[in-house]
Amino acid sequence: MIPLWMYLLVAALLFCIGIYGVLARRNAVAILMSVELMLNAVNINLVAFWRYLAPQDMSGQAFAAFVFVIAAAEAAVGLAILLFVYRTKRSVIVEDVNLLRW
Amino acid sequence: MAGFDFLGSLPAIVPEVGLTILAIVILFLDVYLPTERRRNIAWVTVLGLLLLAATPLVWAPPADPASQLVWGGMVRHDTLAQIFRVMILLGAALTALMSIDTKAHGRQGEFYLILVVATLGACLVSAAADLVMVFLGLETLSIPLYILAAFRRDDLRSAESGMKYFLFGAFASALMLFGLSILYGFSGQTSIYALAEVLPAASGEAVLPVLAALTLVVVGFGFKIGAAPFHFWTPDMYEGAPTPVTAFVSVASKAASFALLVRFLIAVFPQSLVVGGHEIQAFWVSLAALMAVISMTLGNVLALSQRNIKRLLAYSSIAQAGYALIGVAAIQSQTEQGVASVGFYLFMYTFTNLLAFAVVVFFSEATGSETIADLAGLNRRSPWLALMMTIALLSLGGIPPTAGFFGKFFLFNAAVQADLTWLAIVGVLNAIVALYYYLIVIKVMYVDRSADEDQPIALSRASGWALALPGLVVLLLGTVAAQPVFEWAVQGALALFQA
Repeated sequence: MIPLWMYLLVAALLFCIGIYGVLARRNAVAILMSVELMLNAVNINLVAFWRYLAPQDMSGQAFAAFVFVIAAAEAAVGLAILLFVYRTKRSVIVEDVNLLRW
Repeated sequence: MAGFDFLGSLPAIVPEVGLTILAIVILFLDVYLPTERRRNIAWVTVLGLLLLAATPLVWAPPADPASQLVWGGMVRHDTLAQIFRVMILLGAALTALMSIDTKAHGRQGEFYLILVVATLGACLVSAAADLVMVFLGLETLSIPLYILAAFRRDDLRSAESGMKYFLFGAFASALMLFGLSILYGFSGQTSIYALAEVLPAASGEAVLPVLAALTLVVVGFGFKIGAAPFHFWTPDMYEGAPTPVTAFVSVASKAASFALLVRFLIAVFPQSLVVGGHEIQAFWVSLAALMAVISMTLGNVLALSQRNIKRLLAYSSIAQAGYALIGVAAIQSQTEQGVASVGFYLFMYTFTNLLAFAVVVFFSEATGSETIADLAGLNRRSPWLALMMTIALLSLGGIPPTAGFFGKFFLFNAAVQADLTWLAIVGVLNAIVALYYYLIVIKVMYVDRSADEDQPIALSRASGWALALPGLVVLLLGTVAAQPVFEWAVQGALALFQA
């Protein structure tokens, strides 16, 4: 059987790629996708821990299910907001959206 | 699991059930009421929320700590949850009240619907006792707030505010969630009250993963409460969002997140938790102290140069989060004093900030301006607005006889008793800096002259209530009500330590 640490390593790598994407990308849709990557890393973590540590208790599975339901809701709201921004500004590059400055 | 007692568990979620019903009622009213009678939706929301604010007092938590964990350990029905629910529901009611006469969204049913759903999330957060509930509650609170921030279709700044709030918020949630997943991995359990017992053994005495999880979770909370160095979204979001939404975010979202922060830290990382010879509590106490110092200093210094009143209040709110974090740091020894001072501070801050933002709402509705310079001569245009703003700013600055004085007094007192005198001194110095920019606004309102002085600002009856209620509470909390409310907060704090 594949040891637990391999799953955790994949999750950690995915999480770091996600963080890099959020910090480095300038397109708001790409940032949203990077956040989704981070959430997927969380899901891998949760399901792997559940399978190896507490397979008799469903709470890890339930947690993962809630995470992707919420991720879908968040993406729906986020894309709606980005669409609204795109309609008014014709751009979703975060640096172009800069009315609010001190 | 013990037998499930449905009727016995129901009192723990009376506000949430009520809010769900209220949301459905608003949805129906929005469909059936003709446009000219839409104003009633707002009144239904206000009255419903005020009514629900009394329910945590009617269905008081059970005295026995063992029976406080209900719904499969998802929520804990204790006095701390009770206090924070009352303040969140009252804050939501006042937000709805100040929205009634706004041109942009005062008559839009969906505005109130989303507000009620966000309140539902905040109520859940303040009672959450399980990792799943923590995450679910925070998202139920945040996702509606993203929508509300971008609510004004006619204002480009609102769209930008919503976008920034959403991107930062989603990022913070993901960071925190990764921390929660590591915590789940230590034990295979999701109840935050079960975690502390199994954590030392389950982590194999390895301190690093525990600290990593703790840091990720604290960073996530730092975003939600708007504390520096995780405050980037705050000024932009506060300035661009519709002002009642800004008011709601600055009080309800912050209060709920603070409630969860203290509950989470005390439950999962208690004083007794030692992993690999390291006291975990010492780590998060210094983290909280560090965030407190950075937030206070940064917030106050940047607030000095602001010209927009909403931006000024945004930086002031970063500083206020810093003051409240002093109380979190003070949990290290004088345990119930620290939590109680945080509870009292947020209670008074809710009403103070709502009062300040209510004045901004009515002023900008009448004049279309949000700059501090345009507040000149406000005393001659509307003495009530000027007086209420003065009370709010004095309370934010911590001057008696307003509530802010006792709020800061309890916080600094808790810090001194917890051997964090240096932190209290930093707090006092910051309060002096803050007083400078609060007093400048008061000076502009009362002393400066302007060309528009002969145009008085009329206030509707709803606006009058939206000013009078929080104004009265701020003055009461600064005088006779301070003692009973603080004792209530101490009760709430003690409830946290009875596992």
